[in-house]
Amino acid sequence: MIDIQISDKPLDISSCIDWVMSPDCGGIDVFIGTVRNATKGKEVTRLEFEAYRQMALNEMQKIAEQALEKWPVQKLLIHHRTGVLQVGEVPVIIAVAAAHRAAAFDACRYTIDTLKETVPIWKREVFEDGEVWVAAHP
Amino acid sequence: MKVNVLAFGIAKEIVGGSTVEVELTSDATVGELRAELEEQYPRLAKLASFMIAVNNEYAVADNALQQRDEIAIIPPVSGG
Repeated sequence: MIDIQISDKPLDISSCIDWVMSPDCGGIDVFIGTVRNATKGKEVTRLEFEAYRQMALNEMQKIAEQALEKWPVQKLLIHHRTGVLQVGEVPVIIAVAAAHRAAAFDACRYTIDTLKETVPIWKREVFEDGEVWVAAHP
Repeated sequence: MKVNVLAFGIAKEIVGGSTVEVELTSDATVGELRAELEEQYPRLAKLASFMIAVNNEYAVADNALQQRDEIAIIPPVSGG
């Protein structure tokens, strides 16, 4: 089973874990992305996330389907935030449940690594003295 | 034909809005659209990369474009 969401409201970590819990799963792996207070030593005041919503949902669905093909995983959830996030807030949650932990770890890592490469979502880091679209320039 | 192209992230700032109209030949390809965009907006060529999506899928240079396609400029993504 797969649950993919993009939301401009705060993400709920415990409800994500509840969704993947299953009697036939002995391992749950959760990745929580959080807004860090600095980049390369420079203080970050907030992040702004923008999504190409339908394509981003499609791309996340593809990643989840690939993960379920590659590993014996029962449930996989991806929730991503958009809008303005303060330091400590949660832009992304990935939760994976599998019968055994190895598959859950591997599928979770694959999901976040691939999301960062292919899903059309962008973040802008805002500093005291300016702002930058992350990864835009070489 | 005239196509409307969606822009996101830094591409929105470069083209000056969330959509941009581009005039192309009627049998234009994604590669020709890229070339036209880079000519009109040289800052696009200075990005680490950019992709074109057609109808919510990443497209390659020789894909043909139709006027009714949903076309988007996808600058380097940075979700997560």
